[in-house]
Amino acid sequence: MTRVLLTDLTKTYPGTLAPALDRLTLDIASGELTALLGPSGCGKTTTMKMIAGLLEPSSGDIAFDGRSILRERPEVRGAVMVFQNYLLFPYMSVADNVGFGLRMRKVPKDQIAARVADMLALVKLPDLGARRPADLSGGQQQRVALARALIVQPRVLLLDEPLSNLDAHLRIEMRDLIRGIQRDLCITTIFVTHDQEEAVVLADRVALILDGRLRQYDAPDAFYRRPADRQVAAFFGGRNLIAGQAADGRFDSALGPLALPPGAPNGPGTLTFRPEAVRIGPGPANMLDATVVDRLYLGTQTRLRLTVNSTQVEAVLPPDQAEGIQPGDTITIHLPAAILWVMP
Amino acid sequence: MSRDPPWMRRVVPLSGVLLIVWLVLPLVPLVIWSFARGWRFPALLPNQWSLQAWEIALSARSGVLESLGITVFIAVVTTLLSILVGVPAGRALGLHRFRGKGLVELMVLAPVIVPGIAVALGLHAVFINLGLTNTVTGVILVHLIPTLPYMVLVMAGIFANYDPAYEQQARSLGASPLQTFWYVTLPAILPGIIVGGLFAFLVSWSQYVLTLLIGGGRVITLPLLLYTYATSGRNDITGAVGIIYVLPGILILLFTARHLSGTSAAVGGFGKI
Repeated sequence: MTRVLLTDLTKTYPGTLAPALDRLTLDIASGELTALLGPSGCGKTTTMKMIAGLLEPSSGDIAFDGRSILRERPEVRGAVMVFQNYLLFPYMSVADNVGFGLRMRKVPKDQIAARVADMLALVKLPDLGARRPADLSGGQQQRVALARALIVQPRVLLLDEPLSNLDAHLRIEMRDLIRGIQRDLCITTIFVTHDQEEAVVLADRVALILDGRLRQYDAPDAFYRRPADRQVAAFFGGRNLIAGQAADGRFDSALGPLALPPGAPNGPGTLTFRPEAVRIGPGPANMLDATVVDRLYLGTQTRLRLTVNSTQVEAVLPPDQAEGIQPGDTITIHLPAAILWVMP
Repeated sequence: MSRDPPWMRRVVPLSGVLLIVWLVLPLVPLVIWSFARGWRFPALLPNQWSLQAWEIALSARSGVLESLGITVFIAVVTTLLSILVGVPAGRALGLHRFRGKGLVELMVLAPVIVPGIAVALGLHAVFINLGLTNTVTGVILVHLIPTLPYMVLVMAGIFANYDPAYEQQARSLGASPLQTFWYVTLPAILPGIIVGGLFAFLVSWSQYVLTLLIGGGRVITLPLLLYTYATSGRNDITGAVGIIYVLPGILILLFTARHLSGTSAAVGGFGKI
């Protein structure tokens, strides 16, 4: 149970001008599972290594429970990192790998053996202690690496791309395992991923980092419904991004005037709404005439590409609602004010 | 190995036999001589056998045992110093890219390329000034010239195939820098240290010119003594001393043959960087 506070954390590698990570401030609540999300090279792993003490920040501060740990060496920080490629020590058995941290702390042998057995059971690999890492599958190696980190009861658990080396089936299994263990043990956990789906499924909160800068730090659903800006919306696959001008609860754009929900900002901006929130048929407000350009059946849903005043709009419907709608048709849609979101 | 063509599988043991014959056959006359008392030209075997040569060789008077002690001491210290310098140097060359790396590699290899005697003649003058000539310390220092390139080369090959992230992982799990080296780095680089160390030992062990020049006839290692006996006409004693001199090399070869196979990273050299 550790609260992690990053303040203006910056890292500039020698010989480069632009910082790899630029003034990152994050307040991670105790016991929370946080995703650092971003494309490769955006500074996620750099952040993680700085928290673990494996890399020195250029400036800024890292505090656990309100106390700066920047001067603490990695072995006493209690922030344990699980690397993307697991890094199991090849010349040690699985049990020796898991017990490594306790051995370094000079815990008596019989206690280590008992704890190793507990940990292997926790990651559901109870009988593999005597094997060598090379004899394990990728998924099993991942679990051993997780057990090896958990055995030292870390204050903060750091997972670098924990699911990216696994195939789809193992990915779901591992995801549930991580989620379950994290809930049970209540360890403050930070994981790095480039996959937005992985981030929103697994994390309590997501920090999106683009080009070394924090762009949005929020609950997963906020990235879909209230993205901070155009780039954030685009990163999360936002389709309907319409430039225009907001004034007095009204948005003027190529779509025509639209009524905004109360509290919307004024000034130039980009309007966005989720394709699945678009309603077919007339409604109380924001009715538009749309021409169907294209229709794509996706099994559980149907995707319609529409044009409204020659501006593209995408809508996703349950298949039964889309029945009978053909390319070339003109239909009426409406956008409930509550689904509209204006970004600066 | 399993993907070798069939002819290769037949050639490998054959070449092994050839190598053993090559190495062992020349030693046979040496052994016979050491037990001979008079062995004249047309005779296939000595006309009389004796242990006299061995008695002389192992007596205090001959200086063989004393010389053996000095030789072992010099070779062991040279090896330890080579490891001490070669491991960090090999790590730098194997793991990191830096400006002037090519030049450093060239300088490391230079002693192997430039004839040792040329270097030693230049060093001789320097060592006289430093008072290092005619001393064991001086001999050890000069032995480092030919041993270091091997050590650095072997360690560079090892580190080129080494992932330093393992060390970060160990630190993160709670290992101190010293524990990290002992439990993580050392096991990974040990084959290289063994192979490089043995090379260094043997190079120092068989050094003649450098020892003679810097030792100035005061530091008598086994090869120097062997040469003295070989030129004195006592073939029987030469045979006995020769066997004492050759033995460590053969033992080392037997113990380390598996480390020297092509599959070991320890023999990759700069080629794998």
